[in-house]
Amino acid sequence: MAAGVAAWLPFARAAAIGWMPVANLPMPVAPAGKNKRQDEMIILNVSGRRFETWRNTLDRYPDTLLGSSEKEFFYNEETKEYFFDRDPDVFRSVLNFYRTGKLHYPRYECISSYDEELAFFGIISEIIGDCCYEEYKDRKRENAERLMDDQEDNKDAKPPNMTCRETMWRAFENPHTSTMALVFYYVTGFFIAVSVITNVVETVPCGTSPNQKEVPCGERYTVAFFCMDTACVMIFTVEYLMRLFAAPSRYRFMRSVMSIIDVVAILPYYIGLVMTDNEDVSGAFVTLRVFRVFRIFKFSRHSQGLRILGYTLKSCASELGFLLFSLTMAIIIFATVMFYAEKGSSSSKFTSIPASFWYTIVTMTTLGYGDMVPKTIAGKIFGSICSLSGVLVIALPVPVIVSNFSRIYHQNQRADKRRAQKMQKARLARIRISKQGTSNAFLHSKRNGLFSEAPEFTSSTEEDQRLNKSTSLLESQHHHLLHCLEKTTVTSPLNYINHEFVDQQYYQQSYLEAGLQNYPSRSPSLSSRDGVSGTCCTRRSKKQHAPLQNASGPAHMQPLTQVHAHPRGLQELSTIHIQPLSTSRSSLNMRVDEPASLNCQSSQITTAIISIPTPPVTTSDGDAHLRAGPAHQNVVKVSAL
Amino acid sequence: MCTPNKRTQWMEDLRDFRRGRGFSKKVLFNCCLVRRVITWASPKPEDSVEDELELSTVRHRPEGLEQLEARTRFSRKELQILYRGFKNECPSGIVNEETFKDIYAQFFPQGESSTYAHFLFNAFDTDHNGSLSFEDFVMGLSILLRGTIQEKLNWAFNLYDINKDGYITKEEMLDIMKAIYDMMGKCTYPILKEDTPRQHVEVFFQKMDKNKDGVVTIDEFIDCCQNDENIMRSMHLFENVL
Repeated sequence: MAAGVAAWLPFARAAAIGWMPVANLPMPVAPAGKNKRQDEMIILNVSGRRFETWRNTLDRYPDTLLGSSEKEFFYNEETKEYFFDRDPDVFRSVLNFYRTGKLHYPRYECISSYDEELAFFGIISEIIGDCCYEEYKDRKRENAERLMDDQEDNKDAKPPNMTCRETMWRAFENPHTSTMALVFYYVTGFFIAVSVITNVVETVPCGTSPNQKEVPCGERYTVAFFCMDTACVMIFTVEYLMRLFAAPSRYRFMRSVMSIIDVVAILPYYIGLVMTDNEDVSGAFVTLRVFRVFRIFKFSRHSQGLRILGYTLKSCASELGFLLFSLTMAIIIFATVMFYAEKGSSSSKFTSIPASFWYTIVTMTTLGYGDMVPKTIAGKIFGSICSLSGVLVIALPVPVIVSNFSRIYHQNQRADKRRAQKMQKARLARIRISKQGTSNAFLHSKRNGLFSEAPEFTSSTEEDQRLNKSTSLLESQHHHLLHCLEKTTVTSPLNYINHEFVDQQYYQQSYLEAGLQNYPSRSPSLSSRDGVSGTCCTRRSKKQHAPLQNASGPAHMQPLTQVHAHPRGLQELSTIHIQPLSTSRSSLNMRVDEPASLNCQSSQITTAIISIPTPPVTTSDGDAHLRAGPAHQNVVKVSAL
Repeated sequence: MCTPNKRTQWMEDLRDFRRGRGFSKKVLFNCCLVRRVITWASPKPEDSVEDELELSTVRHRPEGLEQLEARTRFSRKELQILYRGFKNECPSGIVNEETFKDIYAQFFPQGESSTYAHFLFNAFDTDHNGSLSFEDFVMGLSILLRGTIQEKLNWAFNLYDINKDGYITKEEMLDIMKAIYDMMGKCTYPILKEDTPRQHVEVFFQKMDKNKDGVVTIDEFIDCCQNDENIMRSMHLFENVL
């Protein structure tokens, strides 16, 4: 419950008088107010600075240090104040949280000292208001990254118990870890360079034989080049195999870009080995050698800048696509125009529209080779328009690509956004869970029988103690209010159709069952009172029924009171047998008289029950005995919302 | 974004233009689209600024502590506590219906409490000016917490009588009942059926409507409640709230 709203609880309870004439059952007894210390001022002395506030301001959040009895440890008898040896500046924010219900993060404050104070006072950081939350998270992330960077720099001794495989992988990924890795790094780099240069030099004409034309070096020194090539390919193959062995996830490694480049680089050699010197395939074989140039891409492992360029191009895919598309459009338009413009002129090079494509591309990119020029006046006019528009079309997406590159070079934005989205989702999930905690707290208290049913039931001291331990006065009053509402919605004392709050999981299950029972045409009217009241009365007296024969979950399918339970039970309950033949809603609770009808004709439908993680407070047994529930409750429950 | 008069204005413009220049409808529609977009993008005209001014100047200061003490049955200290809580949640000093609904919804997280909050709001807002000031609030609370049985029952009758005509009809009671059942929400056991509120209303009328004329008057209501032990006992339930 929010801070201010807690002050309105008396109003809500008073307004509950509006339900009284409508109710048919007696109402439960209101929780006794504790000794009226409500209007008491508390003095909090934080390192000499005195803060004063009302006691019930602090009581709004009973699961924090100041709201619980934990602050008694800091009570100073002589000065009658609570002394905390902490930072008074940060304490201002903490105290304002109690007053207004919103936690703010002051920007000038160091993030780690703020975190420490929050941890000390038992306040979780998810409660920081939306106005300050982004800033807080950003600062926290920066800090964490900085710490991580520092750690990485200092990290020279490898952890002792790494397997050989892990060592190798680490060596491959980060060559600075050991001397061997560095040696390996340089050796592979050298061989890549050698291989590339070999490929290049192979084609250089190197002297003439007296009676033949110029031969490229590759054909002159075939053996030498072949040996060089073999050596390089050996090294690359060995490297690839070692990486494959060391990779933590081989499948993922094989799919990665670098490994594909590796494979493409060495494959032509092996294919060449396999293929015979056949006339037909030698042409294809020559083409394959082109792929050897891909070895140059292996350098990207060695160069950060190259990787970033590749990443930029990947991330600018949409801009590049736009460029390509607009260029294509313009080329087609202008080629068509030029073709028809030059059609009339004789000896025109513009023989067809595809032939004009070449002219258009060369003109638009302002290359202007001059091998095709328009001769007619119309052609020249359109040619000039073409070149002007070419400049525009190409110039537009380029700055975008450039700015992308610089952006990515400085900050890895996409990964951050994804992380932020995940964190936002996680944060919302945490807030939702703690909100659930409030409603579940009510159910939990109910289950533990903390409510007295009849007005004459006077609470014994033991009961009182239990009450004090488990819930604050605010909580118990709120629960009493909800209990009154439950009692109000009873149609008639005879039927005892007492509607009770249940948690969502159980509702889903029973709702689903009720819904599915509408399928068979013979489903009896759901208003049959007997079955329902039987259930309620059964529940009331907490009888144990024989378990369902086909029930999938073990003891969890048993009495209703167990259904609320068990975090593990959530999963098990998700396969329940929905019988088309059962007669009433209460069949879930096992009518003892018809175990036979629940047979294999029923289709097993796995209900998609959203397993909302109930806090571990929920009881696992049907019997209402109090466990160490209250102890858990203080830890889990966040009544700050 | 597009007020009715603006729309008619455009339509007229369109018609004139077409008649005058003979352009195609498509072209004109495009123009209209552009204008629409521009109007949407541009800031709203002057009335919004005035609205904002109005909201910020509404600030209500309650009567003095002595007057309130005289009019209600609360002590000085209690009034202080009440006002502190009130002012904390509503710094402007008045509660409008939206805020009221929000506050009330926080107490019933599982259900849909806005209908009942609406009825409650009307019950508290005795001068029917659409907002609840601290005086209204405290007067209502004084009756509920410190009033006599008669006054409390009177207040409850007033709550149920939606149109304040002195009679509770079945329709009114059904509305109230549905609102109460809505507060339970969906996740109940057993599941709330469609006609549960109706049945509850039937039971209520059987009890209260002595002369079977289909409406419950204030006298019938008070009589019947005074004879019902449960109701009498539950009326005293919240006396120690403050």
